[in-house]
Amino acid sequence: MFFKNFLYHFGRYVIMLRTALSRPESFNMYYRETMRQMNDIGVGSLVIVALIAIFIGAVTAVQFSYQVTGTLVPIYYIGYIVRDSTIIELAPTITCLVLAGKVGSNIAAEIGGMRQKEHIDAMEIMGVNTAAYLIMPKIIAAMIVIPILVALAAFVSIIGGYLAMVLSGAMSDAEYVQGVRSFFVEFNVVMMFVKALVFSFLLTSVSAYQGYHVRGGSIELGQASTNAVVFSDILILLFDYLIALLLT
Amino acid sequence: MIKAENIFKSFGDKEVLKDISATFLPGQTNLIIGRSGAGKTVLLKILVGLIQPDEGTVWYDEVDFSHLKKKDLRTVRMKVGMLFQGSALFDSLTVEQNIRFPLDMFTNMTAKEKKDRVNYCLERVSLEGANSKYPSEISGGMQKRVGIARAIVLKPKYLFCDEPNSGLDPKTAIVIDELIRSITIENDITTIINTHDMNSVMEIGDHIILLYDGKIAWQGNKAEVLNTDNEILENFIFASPFLQRLRSTALNNG
Repeated sequence: MFFKNFLYHFGRYVIMLRTALSRPESFNMYYRETMRQMNDIGVGSLVIVALIAIFIGAVTAVQFSYQVTGTLVPIYYIGYIVRDSTIIELAPTITCLVLAGKVGSNIAAEIGGMRQKEHIDAMEIMGVNTAAYLIMPKIIAAMIVIPILVALAAFVSIIGGYLAMVLSGAMSDAEYVQGVRSFFVEFNVVMMFVKALVFSFLLTSVSAYQGYHVRGGSIELGQASTNAVVFSDILILLFDYLIALLLT
Repeated sequence: MIKAENIFKSFGDKEVLKDISATFLPGQTNLIIGRSGAGKTVLLKILVGLIQPDEGTVWYDEVDFSHLKKKDLRTVRMKVGMLFQGSALFDSLTVEQNIRFPLDMFTNMTAKEKKDRVNYCLERVSLEGANSKYPSEISGGMQKRVGIARAIVLKPKYLFCDEPNSGLDPKTAIVIDELIRSITIENDITTIINTHDMNSVMEIGDHIILLYDGKIAWQGNKAEVLNTDNEILENFIFASPFLQRLRSTALNNG
């Protein structure tokens, strides 16, 4: 039963994406919609992403400091650990989990609301490819702005670690900077962007799928919104593991 | 002209439409009437292509509409306008942007040409100057008129109206009916209206189809309604004692 259900939804998801991949009726309209989505997803998420990132960096630094205190591990390693854990894992994964909640639920509710208020039917009757017009701009916008948000989150997180360590006097400015500059592997940045791209595709397409196929009333819309977040989160964590296996 | 041939549709075990065949001619208002649950909305959605019939064919002039490929379906749909029961205006767009949406999507018109066309459509539905208002800032009747303006902006050959008078006061309902009828005649459009509003039946019913239990129970025009001996139509149209008395008086007075 579970497998049959999975195949049914996966099939509909693939068909939706295939329908969405068609030539736009008007490049101008799609461009404007993509710009609007970039603003909503990117600019609209800046504050929450920065706020979470600064605390992630600070907490990582404080907890690692607690673990290395009284050991032979050099204290400057704190900067190195904050940098690498942020770039490899925390910035892409935590940022995208948060965005699945903020952006994913918003996408599901927006498209689902349009379905229920017959806006999608109205567009279909006009001859608009609704899967393309309503979904592709969101996916493209997310795949452009979310990697930028993730890079920003990584930077802010490292600053967060700096503030927590240096301002509290736990270590000197020079020690933290030395840690941040030590053992740098460029490929980790590539891995961060690969994760950001895959996660942004997943969270927008899964959320759009939930909204696009919503039926019924406000309860079903609420369920679709919740499902968008839950399934996006599960898939992000699953693909996080797969990418880690493949790229490390 | 739109022609439905032997349309069948079921949802699970429930047969909603059973062997529906009808022809809807251009330049006249074709009404589909019937009680709630009779299958009116399903038939309208099949005619407009939002639902696929289990059996049967829908013809748009010479085109087999129900078996078109998606790409060709979209081409035909550009000739279709539809007024929804809830108007289905895009909340985040102004009245002007709502009406301009199909023009932006499908035409290469200049900004001025689009503006002129939008203003003409707004004038046609007597909403001059409402360009910058949002759907939430206008009344239900005005929203219907904006819906009509958006439906006719691409000069459609076929116009569908789902319960155009629902939620409107009788006077506004008459205005909407008259508007749909005059647009239909002016542009020789094939108009199909799904309604259970008796005023509409008597005012603009050039061709009326009564659905009952998924079948066509009666066909005719508004003049034939008063003299019908079809029991199902009588029970539907003259459901209230007031209308029954009114009909008796009208018949007694010749």
